[in-house]
Amino acid sequence: MAEAPPATRQPLILGEKSLGQVSRDILSLVEGGATPLWWTAFLISFTVLMIGAAAITYQIATGVGTWGLNKTVGWAFDITNFVFWIGIGHAGTLISAVLYLLRQRWRTSVNRSAEAMTLFAVLCAGLFPVIHLGRPWFAYWMAPYPNTRGSLWINFRSPLVWDFFAISTYLTISFLFWYFGMIPDLATLATRAKSRLRRRLAGFLSFGWSGSTSTWLRYETVYLLLAGLATPLVVSVHTIVSWDFATALIPGWHSTIFPPYFVTGAIFSGFAMVLTLLLIARKTMGLEDYITVRHVDAMCKILIATGGIVGFSYLIEVFTALYSGDPYEQFAVVNRAFGPYAWAYWLVIACNVVAPQLLWFKKLRHNMLVVWIISIFINVGMWFERFVIIVTSLHRDFVPSSWAMYRPTIIEIATLAGTFGLFFTCFLLFARFVPVIAISEVKGVLGPGHRHEEAGS
Amino acid sequence: MSTTVMDRRVREEGAVWGLLAEFTDAAELIEAARKVRDAGYTRWDSFAPFAVHGLDTAMGIHKTVLPRLVLLGGAAGCLSGILLQWWTNAVDYPFLISGKPLFGWPAAVPIAFELTILFAAFAALFGMLGLNGLPRLHHPLFTSERFRRVTTDRFFIAIEADDPRFDSGETRRFLTQLGAAVVEEVRD
Repeated sequence: MAEAPPATRQPLILGEKSLGQVSRDILSLVEGGATPLWWTAFLISFTVLMIGAAAITYQIATGVGTWGLNKTVGWAFDITNFVFWIGIGHAGTLISAVLYLLRQRWRTSVNRSAEAMTLFAVLCAGLFPVIHLGRPWFAYWMAPYPNTRGSLWINFRSPLVWDFFAISTYLTISFLFWYFGMIPDLATLATRAKSRLRRRLAGFLSFGWSGSTSTWLRYETVYLLLAGLATPLVVSVHTIVSWDFATALIPGWHSTIFPPYFVTGAIFSGFAMVLTLLLIARKTMGLEDYITVRHVDAMCKILIATGGIVGFSYLIEVFTALYSGDPYEQFAVVNRAFGPYAWAYWLVIACNVVAPQLLWFKKLRHNMLVVWIISIFINVGMWFERFVIIVTSLHRDFVPSSWAMYRPTIIEIATLAGTFGLFFTCFLLFARFVPVIAISEVKGVLGPGHRHEEAGS
Repeated sequence: MSTTVMDRRVREEGAVWGLLAEFTDAAELIEAARKVRDAGYTRWDSFAPFAVHGLDTAMGIHKTVLPRLVLLGGAAGCLSGILLQWWTNAVDYPFLISGKPLFGWPAAVPIAFELTILFAAFAALFGMLGLNGLPRLHHPLFTSERFRRVTTDRFFIAIEADDPRFDSGETRRFLTQLGAAVVEEVRD
């Protein structure tokens, strides 16, 4: 197992907690009932979700003319939102799987909520390709199934089909990973429950977990295996998303740098979203002893690293285009930086490349408000990054007579807002009804847990 | 657990299922588990609110077969991914695109990979549930009010009455000697 951190380091969990106290603290919102703050946040999120639902209903009932797309720009808002949400999801898997494999034990405080975030983000992402089909009731045509149209199968050499497989696998695995990690905590919830309903329901959902050693052994083995499986998966998902673009011949998309560029961008944006959410959660739910400054500090360092790679990728993109000698590639790059969407491009640079540099300073990393504001900047920047990649590559294509501009309609904006509503509604329900921090894992990293590791023979 | 006729008769009478010993500390549990193992008990188990490392070796539990199941699951997923793509696009519905081969393995990699992960994860999850006998709605230990704290802050060892070495008085004395805070009888 992992080495205990050197004694000079800060403890992972502050406040000298006892085992029972950990359960009490973490389950306070679940057991204590909803606070007025929770209800306020929930009602706002739910209202926004309903606005989105209305927008989706309207556009499906009316048709794709409700979008701002035109003959030149055939992909814009839906695909931007899709890539944005999928990217957000990546940090959750990274925290739960990659950091687990790397034995970064600080992750125990943040992995549950990051996994939940992944799940809800992938849910939001999955909506967009379906809406974008225009006729979403035919979405099942993406799946290979025996049908009565002669022998007719989907084209397995299309990245869009790979995407369908990647996203659905990712959604499934994210759910399994999240739920699986929660089984022992659901048992905790059940045994502590005062009401019969909660005891029954949580007990049922915990599959009758008893905490026996052989069960724990298999549980830990599976957790390790799932982490090992989720790690290449998370890389593959955004790689495949980037192939949706890179296999096309559009200047600005057709580039071999896309997979690593997209994957690091995804991790970057995901960690920003984790920080946005957790900084609110720790404040409002009184979890300062569990999600400590040390956790925030570590995540900020990941932001600097991934943000650096993202910035480097922007440079490489420019260099490749200019060095290629291909006038269309060169034009795409120049048009991005100085064309009609230049404001969006420079916004991306400011948010994703310049803003994270502030995190080099320890003082700023330890100022929660500053970190939170920077995380918002990165969220905005990463959304616009996808918008710039997609729209500026399309809107001025090979033939100037077909050049066009894209402007989102109010329906499209309402749809994007609606997915934020969905995301926050799901997250609030999660925080209200299940433990937001992995209780059993936290117990393992408390002082006594470390001491006992050495006692094993 | 096998439900023999004997078992059932005993259960109807609400007879003893086993003895439950409570410990307050993970280190005590490991020590006690080692001694229970050395005393030659076979039908017993220990329980903790979190994964206590070193407990498996202290108990003499062997490694699980799960990793092999997962490997098999992954191989099955990979194979079905490749067969699916080959059969649908090259055999049943030959799909000619830009004069490329009907089945080129590089293009088959992404989906074969995704299905490998998917099947392996299913094997891991369902394998774990199956081997652990989960989901289950009931376990004799769940009747013990004291045992409810196993998911919060208490550590337990339970020795089943089915164990050949089990003797109500003797085993109780043995568990008390190990430093158990409380030893109680669990009835079915």
